[in-house]
Amino acid sequence: MHELAVSQAILDTALRHANGRKVSAIALRVGHLRQVVPDSLEFYLELVSRETLCEGARLELEVVPARLRCRPCEVEWELVRPPFRCPSCAGSDVDVVAGNEFEVEWITIEEEACIAPR
Amino acid sequence: MHRTKVKVLEGVLDANDTIARANRDDFDRADVTVVNLMSSPGAGKTSLLEAVIQRLDGVRIGVLEGDVQGTQDSERISGVHTPSGAHVPVAQINTDPSFGGECHLDANMVRSALSSLPLAELDLLVIENVGNLVCPAEFKVGEDIRAMVCSVTEGEDKPYKYPLMFRACELVIVNKIDLLPHLDFDLDELLGGVDDVNPGVEVLLTSARTGEGVDAVRDWLASRVAREPQLA
Repeated sequence: MHELAVSQAILDTALRHANGRKVSAIALRVGHLRQVVPDSLEFYLELVSRETLCEGARLELEVVPARLRCRPCEVEWELVRPPFRCPSCAGSDVDVVAGNEFEVEWITIEEEACIAPR
Repeated sequence: MHRTKVKVLEGVLDANDTIARANRDDFDRADVTVVNLMSSPGAGKTSLLEAVIQRLDGVRIGVLEGDVQGTQDSERISGVHTPSGAHVPVAQINTDPSFGGECHLDANMVRSALSSLPLAELDLLVIENVGNLVCPAEFKVGEDIRAMVCSVTEGEDKPYKYPLMFRACELVIVNKIDLLPHLDFDLDELLGGVDDVNPGVEVLLTSARTGEGVDAVRDWLASRVAREPQLA
């Protein structure tokens, strides 16, 4: 259900950057460690963007794999599922290098051809 | 029609996080330690809080209750008192004015409730979030500490199903342990899962009903209050 609140936040961000222009695509980077359901996000985004400049905008969703790094042994690996422990030393002193992302990366805007691209 | 790609590179939750930081600044100024207490519905957050309050003197606690609807929880908290007879300040947030009722508290909801709490007179504020194991983990509200309750009636596999929540917390309280003799619940399996998802996280076992382990929760909270001024 939080995909609804999150969709509203995505819409607000896109509209702010669109600056009054029509948005045809929104690109989103979501880390593997986030609990976001892509289908649900698509559904709610379609719902909240109705009658806005983002209506009908395509959602381009990139899922970023989770990468962890063990501090003591400097091993880096992709985490598909727990444990959050180093595969080499079994220690838990690990950093999340990637997988927590949750950002609007870019949007595509449509404008009249006579307007010079910025 | 001309199409242009516009770089955004903005966190989806940035707006929430900005307000959360403003809340945190207010909490810091008032010198109050804030705990965001989360769990699934019915895990026993309110019962545990009642039990803690009944054992807590020397720390001035306040409670902010978050629910989709209803004031049952804030009424329950109002009904208990500390050993020295003090009632604790409590405020209630209902999330239902928004579309369908939000399943979590966000920073702005907490911000709007701050004026109904005497922050300057508190050492500790517990924000009891809406019962949900997914959404509250995504939304910071300005807390210093995140803690969760999971009860033994929920199943051992919850850490693997809700890793974001279990990873977000620095304390996991396993509640309703008085029911263990009646359940096919493998406590070791749960604890193993908790450790897989958040290695080394502190775990306390409680029964809010019998009072078992509640002193340890009280002491943990009290120690975090004493430890404050080392602010991030």
